[in-house]
Amino acid sequence: MPRDEVLENPPASSTPKIKVVERQFVRFTRLQRILHICMIVSFLSLATTGLTLKFSYTKWASVLSHLLGGFENAGYIHRSAAVVMFGVFVTHLVDLYKLKKREHTSWLSLILGPGSMMPNQADLADLVATLKWFVGLGKRPAYGRWTYWEKFDYFAVFWGIAVIGSTGLTLWFPVFFTRFIPGSFLNVATIIHSDEALLATGFIFTVHFFNTHLRPEKFPMDITVFTGRMPLEELKRDKPREYEALVASGQLEEHMEEAYPPIVTRTIRAFAWAALAVGFSIVLWIIYAVLFAYR
Amino acid sequence: MAETEIARRKWRTGFGVVVATLLATIFSLVFPERPVRAADQPGAECLACHGDKSTTTTRAGKTVSLYVDGKKFATSIHASFGCTGCHADLEGKDFPHPTPARVQCGTCHTTEQEQYARSLHGKASARGDALAPRCVNCHGNHDIYPVKDSRSAVAPLKVPFVCGQCHQEGTPVSRNRTIAQDNILENYSESIHGEALLKKGLAVAPNCATCHTPHLILPHTDPASSINRRNIAATCTKCHSQIETVHRKIIRGELWEKQASVLPACPDCHQPHKIRNVFYSQGMANADCMRCHADEKLRRARDGQSMYVSVGEVSHSRHNKIACSQCHSEVNASHVRPCETITKGVDCTSCHDEIGRQYVTSIHGQLSGKNDPNAPTCKECHGTHAVLGKQDPQSSTFAMNVPGLCARCHREGQKAAVRYTGLQHEIIANYTESIHGTLLKNGLTVTATCTSCHTAHQILPRTDPASSVNANNVPDTCGRCHHGIEEQFENSIHAKRVSGYSKPLPVCNDCHTAHAIHRTDESSFRLNVMATCGRCHEKIAETYFDTYHGKVSKLGYTKAAKCYDCHGSHDVLAVTDPRSHLSRANVATTCGKCHAGATRRFAGYLTHATHHDPRKYPFLFYTFWGMTTLLLVTFVVGGVHTLLWLPRAFQMRQELRAEEEKAAAELGKPVDKEKPNA
Repeated sequence: MPRDEVLENPPASSTPKIKVVERQFVRFTRLQRILHICMIVSFLSLATTGLTLKFSYTKWASVLSHLLGGFENAGYIHRSAAVVMFGVFVTHLVDLYKLKKREHTSWLSLILGPGSMMPNQADLADLVATLKWFVGLGKRPAYGRWTYWEKFDYFAVFWGIAVIGSTGLTLWFPVFFTRFIPGSFLNVATIIHSDEALLATGFIFTVHFFNTHLRPEKFPMDITVFTGRMPLEELKRDKPREYEALVASGQLEEHMEEAYPPIVTRTIRAFAWAALAVGFSIVLWIIYAVLFAYR
Repeated sequence: MAETEIARRKWRTGFGVVVATLLATIFSLVFPERPVRAADQPGAECLACHGDKSTTTTRAGKTVSLYVDGKKFATSIHASFGCTGCHADLEGKDFPHPTPARVQCGTCHTTEQEQYARSLHGKASARGDALAPRCVNCHGNHDIYPVKDSRSAVAPLKVPFVCGQCHQEGTPVSRNRTIAQDNILENYSESIHGEALLKKGLAVAPNCATCHTPHLILPHTDPASSINRRNIAATCTKCHSQIETVHRKIIRGELWEKQASVLPACPDCHQPHKIRNVFYSQGMANADCMRCHADEKLRRARDGQSMYVSVGEVSHSRHNKIACSQCHSEVNASHVRPCETITKGVDCTSCHDEIGRQYVTSIHGQLSGKNDPNAPTCKECHGTHAVLGKQDPQSSTFAMNVPGLCARCHREGQKAAVRYTGLQHEIIANYTESIHGTLLKNGLTVTATCTSCHTAHQILPRTDPASSVNANNVPDTCGRCHHGIEEQFENSIHAKRVSGYSKPLPVCNDCHTAHAIHRTDESSFRLNVMATCGRCHEKIAETYFDTYHGKVSKLGYTKAAKCYDCHGSHDVLAVTDPRSHLSRANVATTCGKCHAGATRRFAGYLTHATHHDPRKYPFLFYTFWGMTTLLLVTFVVGGVHTLLWLPRAFQMRQELRAEEEKAAAELGKPVDKEKPNA
C-alpha cells in the first residue's frame, strides 16, 4: 500500500531508532471500507434531509431546512444521496458477484460458505450462548468471522435499502408510477418510506453504534471498519474461532498488513466522530420530535 | 190708549206663543226623531252630531274631539261645498258612517298640491315624517278664508306665527331636524321685514312665504329653491327691484342676477332673517377684510390665535373665486368691523351640502356632533384658506397624500389610534408596506388609499351595516376596482347567494387582511394561506400538513401546492360541483399544473389523508400501526440485547485494562494498543 510508505521517512529531529511497524489483521477489503464511508455520508444526508420533512412540525426541521439551503435544496441533497446509496448497493452486489466467480462455484456455495453473511446454525448457538453469558450462566462465546448481530445489521441494511429505496423511487416519480398503481398508494408509500427510515436511523444511531463502535471495551471508538485492520490481539479476543481457523489453515500471515500511521487514524477518527455526532444529534431530535412534539 | 197698547202687546205675545207652539208641533210631526235644525246652515245634517262639543272619538288610544264649529264653517270660503264637498267619501252615507278618508285638498288645488309634493315639507310627509306639515297644519280645516281675509290662518300678518309654530327655538322641529338657521322667528321679528309686518301692520312687507314661497319650500342648496344662491337675487328683487343701483359700489348690477353664484348673494351681507334697517356704509369685498387680516401679527384677543390670512394662499386655493363673506357668512357690513357679528365657524355645508349630509352620518361627524375634541371637521383634512382640489398634487387630499393625512390621527399612538378598540393595529405602517401602499408610493394614484375603501366623508366603523367596510359591503367596496374578482367571488361557495350558509362567510379582508394586503405571489402570503383557510376549515387544514404539500410548506417551500392552487382562490367551489377545479373532469388538469402528465389515477393521491383516522383511511391507519409495531419490536429487542450486554462489556473493559497495565509494567512503558508507533 503506497500510503504505508510515508513512515519510511521519520522526522529528522528524532534520534534514529528502529521503526517497529505493527502488523495488523485485515478484516475488510478496501472496497468494503470505501462503500461503508459512502454509506455513512449518503445515509446521514438522507436521514437529515428526510427527517426535516417527517418532523416538519418542529422548529428544528425548519431551521435545518433553511441551513441546507431551503427545502428545495434539501430535496436535491436527498435524491443525490439516494443515488449514492443505490450505487453502494449495486457496487456491493457486483462485488459479491466477483467474489462468487473468484472463490465459489455457485451462489449457493457463496451463501452457505464459511465467510458468508447468511445466518446459520452456529449463529443460533452463539445467540443462545451469548444470552447465557449476559445473565452469567456461561463464558463469552468464541465468535467466528461474523457475529450474529453483525449479520443482523447487514440484512437490516439490505432490507432497508429495498423497502426505503423502492418506496422512495415511487415518491420520486409519482406521475410515472401511478400509471401502474392507484394514487392513494403514494400515501401508503409515504408512511412506509418514512417509518422504515425512522427505524433505520433509530437503529443505526443507537444499537449499531453501540454494538460495533461504542461498546465499553472498545470505547471511545472502534475504527476497524475504516482502516480495515485490527490488532491481532483483538482478533484473538473478539473472534477466537476465526483466529483459530486461520492459524489452523496457516493462512493468517496472508491476512496481515502494516498498520496505518497516526495521521491516517487521526483523520479517520475525526471523520468518525463527526458522523457519530450527527447521528446522535439526529437521535436526540427524533426522541424530541416523537415524544414531545408528536402530532 | 195705554190699555189698548197693553192689550195689543198681550195679544201679540199670545199670538207668538201660539204660532211658535203650532210650528213646533208641525215640525215635530214632520221630523219626529230629529232635533230642530237651522235649515239655512250648510252641513246641518252633519252638525247635528258634530256641532256638539262633546262629540269625540278615540284614535290610537287618545280622545279626539270631532266638534266642528258650524258658525265658522258657514262663513268659510268652502261653506258652499257643504261637508261632502271635501269629505267626498261620506256622500250618501248614513249614520253611523265610517271614518272618513284624509281630505284631498289637491283635488281642487292641483297646482298647490303639486308644488307641495316637490317641497321639503311634501317630501318629508311622503317619507312618513310625523313632524311634516300638511295643508291643515297651516291653513286650518273648517275655518278656511281667502288669504287676504284677516280671519285667514295664513293672512300675511299671521304667516310668521304659522311657520313659527315649528320654526322657533324649542319646538320638536328645531330640536330634531337639521336647519342651518337658528332663532328664525325672533330674528325675523326684529328684522326690518318683521318690524314692518308685525309692529307696523304693513301687510305687503315680506313674510316667510314671500321669500320661501308658500308651497314650494326647498332647502337653499336645491337649485330650484327660491333662496338658492342662483335664485335669491331674483327673489329679493321681486320687491327690491332697483336694488342694483345702490350696490354699484360693490358689484356691477347686471351681473347680479345673471351670475349670482360668483358674486356675493344677498344673504352674504344681509343675513337671512336678520336684515337690518341700516345703511351699509362699508363694502364687503375681500379687500375690506384684508385691511386687517393681511397683518401677520393680527391675533385674536380671546386666545391669541393668529388671524392672519395669506392673500397668496387664498389666491392659489380652490376657493380663489369665493369671497371671504361667502364662507364667513355672519359678517355684517353695517358694523365697523363687519366680522364682529360672527358667532359660528365657517359652515362648508352651505355649499357642500351633500358632503355635509354624508359627514354628519359618518363616525367623524357623529363625534363632532358630540363635541368630541378629537373629531376632525372639514378643515382638519382640507385646511382652511389654502384648500385645494383633490386632483392637485399639493392638496392634502391628493391620493398620494391621503395616507399621511389620515395618519395624523390614525398612526399608532395618535389620538384616533389610542381610542380605537378594534383589531386593526399599525394601520398606517401596514398600509405603507402593502401592495396598495407600495404602488401609491411609486406614484400610481388610482391605487387604493384610505378613502378608496373607507370613503372620504361617509367613514363608518366596520360594525355599522352602512359602512363601506362592513363585511356585507366589502366585496362591493373592493370590487369597485377589482371587478373581475368580485364577479368570480360572487359565484363562489363563499358567496352567501351560492352557499346559502347563514354563518358569516369570508370576504376579501378575511384572507387578504385589511391593511397589510400583500401580493399573493409573495412567500408570506403563500405560506400563511393554510392558517388563513384553517381558521374556518380547521380539520382539513390540519390533515393537509400530514401530506407532502403541507410538510414542505411548513418548511417554507412556497412552490408546493397551497389551498388555492388546487381549490381555486376567488372561484372556489365545493369539490362536488362540476365547475370546481377538483371535480372529476378537472382534477387531473389541476394536478397537471405542477405535475406534468398527471392522470386521473395520479389525482387519486389523498392530499388530506391522515393515518390517525381508521374509519376514513383504514389502509393508511393499519400501515402506520404495522410499521410502528415493527419499529417498536426491533427497538425493544435491540435495546434489551444492548442493555444486557452492557455489564459484560464493562467487565471486559476492566479485564482488558488490567492486562494492559500488566503488559506495560513488564515492558516498562505504557502501551496504547490503538495507537501503534505512538
